[in-house]
Amino acid sequence: MTDATELRRRTQELLASHPPATTGRLDFLRARFDAGLAWVHYPEGLGGLGAPRSLQAVVDAELEAAGAPDNDPRRIGIGLGMAAPTILGFGTDEQKRRFLRPLWTGEEVWCQLFSEPGAGSDLAALGTRAVRQGDRWVVNGQKVWTSSAHLARWAILIARTDPDVPKHRGITYFVCDMTDPGVEVRPLRQITGEAEFNEVFLTDVRIPDARRLGEIGDGWRVAQTTLMNERVSIGGMRLPREGGMIGPVARTWRERPELRTHDHHQRLLTLWVEAEVARLTGERLRQQLVVGQPGPEGSGMKLTFARLNQEISGLEVELLGEEGLSYDDWTMRRPELVDFTGRDAGYRYLRSKGNSIEGGTSEVLLNIVAERVLGLPAEPRTDKDVAWKDLAR
Amino acid sequence: MSPESPESPESPDGPVDTRPDLLYTEEEDALRAAVRDLLDDHCDAAGVIVRTESDAPHDLELWKALSSDMGLAGLLVPEARGGQGATHREAAVVLEELGRAVAPVPYLTSAVVATEALLACGGVEDLLAELASGRTIGALAVALNTAPGGPYKVVRQENGTLHGELTAIADAAVADVLLVPADDGGLYAVDASAATVIPRVSLDLTRPLAKVVLHGAQGRRLGDAEPAVRRALRAGAGLLASEQLGLAEWALTETVRYLKERRQFNRPVGGFQALKHRLAQLWLELVSLRAAARNAADALATGSDDTDVAVAVAQAYAAPVAVHAAEEALQLHGGIGMTWEHPVHLYLKRAKADAIAYGTAGGHRAALAELVDLPAP
Repeated sequence: MTDATELRRRTQELLASHPPATTGRLDFLRARFDAGLAWVHYPEGLGGLGAPRSLQAVVDAELEAAGAPDNDPRRIGIGLGMAAPTILGFGTDEQKRRFLRPLWTGEEVWCQLFSEPGAGSDLAALGTRAVRQGDRWVVNGQKVWTSSAHLARWAILIARTDPDVPKHRGITYFVCDMTDPGVEVRPLRQITGEAEFNEVFLTDVRIPDARRLGEIGDGWRVAQTTLMNERVSIGGMRLPREGGMIGPVARTWRERPELRTHDHHQRLLTLWVEAEVARLTGERLRQQLVVGQPGPEGSGMKLTFARLNQEISGLEVELLGEEGLSYDDWTMRRPELVDFTGRDAGYRYLRSKGNSIEGGTSEVLLNIVAERVLGLPAEPRTDKDVAWKDLAR
Repeated sequence: MSPESPESPESPDGPVDTRPDLLYTEEEDALRAAVRDLLDDHCDAAGVIVRTESDAPHDLELWKALSSDMGLAGLLVPEARGGQGATHREAAVVLEELGRAVAPVPYLTSAVVATEALLACGGVEDLLAELASGRTIGALAVALNTAPGGPYKVVRQENGTLHGELTAIADAAVADVLLVPADDGGLYAVDASAATVIPRVSLDLTRPLAKVVLHGAQGRRLGDAEPAVRRALRAGAGLLASEQLGLAEWALTETVRYLKERRQFNRPVGGFQALKHRLAQLWLELVSLRAAARNAADALATGSDDTDVAVAVAQAYAAPVAVHAAEEALQLHGGIGMTWEHPVHLYLKRAKADAIAYGTAGGHRAALAELVDLPAP
């Protein structure tokens, strides 16, 4: 059993053989992966030691104290958070060996080719086709809302391989090479002026069958692993009071008495209370997780934060009066990192509109709460037992 | 009984990072189960409805079982002073269950508010122990709608006797002793038999109000009224949030249950998205209210520097949620929800009265404006 002491010893060993001061960043990260200290809960040989996930903090603390470089997790979030667990869960040994190391070190960036113009909330209705030709699949279709597509070396892709069965059953999961000549990436400019996301057009993209993840037709189940990991990453952080979107507007209120009105005061106090209660709700959820009693409360946090972010930033724009009529910059840019609270109030207002759409719309999340938490019946379905090709489009 | 909660004190400039314990301990879960068992057996909705129109709207047998038999009236009183030596965290759990059953017992008014007033006074050991035992019911003679720190009416003190009228005193009809603030700044204990208590037709049938009239009643001076009343009302407001959580939980649970059963258009109406979203929304509000209510109870229990904020946040949030839950329950029950026979009206009336009790949400927001430095224009 690998315990904290053992992990500390191995970390010190790594630091001794690869002193951060004299080792190149990438060399250090590769050595860390090979020492099993990248993600300690992964298996040996794949960057881990099969240790409890909670012990990662021990390694991270030692490395941080020694000034070691990290793998810039915010830049490679889709690889770390979504692709890696799926490859670990469903990949072949060859796939795990090939993909996980450069994914973790950040040498290869990953993106996600899931959503389509015709398949958003109803993702399982997706229409991108993959047709088998010998030991390859030929893929045609269009994906959308793909962050990092212009930087990515690889993509996780779900495509329809059998249109003759109901929609959930005819999907297969692949790893797509983003350098294939049939892959065209176009920035998708959004209401903030910038382009965080892309549209991806797939024309006769050839994917070897060896890059399939999981069984043919089992892609929906494989995708659940990916999507579950997307939701886990939301909301485990401790926030101080006024730590979120309410912080900037509260500061503005204190520093700019000339902007204050009675109407804004009432709305600010109401939102301040809601933000504080949301913070406490997140804190309670975190405490439940720490003692190993995860409740269903997590499914609600994203709903609450989406609404609050929108209302608070909306109030801030109004409170600013004349300044609220300006916007910092409409120039089309492609930011590498997204910062919801970055830039000015107008940006925060516009960007937060996406919070109730991305990662599951608020409407779909309310259905999930109603059905999975409250146990209310699902709406009658007309699409469950119908072949995908016969669905109305 | 409560674990130590590390509390980082407010720094003058840095962010406030409180670390309350927002969970329920195993002991608190066991306490909840015991109270719920008792209420399941002795406090059914039909019985409560009948009782509201009888001569005895309060259920004193249930009160005896809760207070004398289970010892719950003395949770906030140290063992050395005749109580159970527990904290506001446990009292909050009891109030959640009493709210869920909309139980007509003077727990909040006697075991919390009147008890806190006595705890603020010195040399009242006899009275404190009596209230803790539950054999004596106390009522603070301050109108139920008074916010912590808000103004309240006092009576005239003349040569040791008290004169005047105090209105909107909750549970006064069953009180044995009234704690009365007087114009000399003192808080006086008055035997209820020395006062005229006139029940008033109340919006909330399960926590009825009364007018207290004193014509030269003898009073025993307990101490200064101002700190005692402030402390009592703050605890009352903070723990009221747990009662409101219980009310809202009943409303949601019962409505979900009904909508799974009730069929119209050849399907359970709970399958219609328009209704599901409303219930999911309500669930979100409840999850949040639980965190806010636990935070207030924990702050009161640990004597946190943040207690004033925690209580004001809980009350600013709780009242609209409890009322929303009861109103949704009524609407989503359809016609049956509008009948006297169905208990949802008891919850609506309690929730609406609770929204006024110990200060309105708006009053607590105004208090927060001062507390967290978001001043009015």
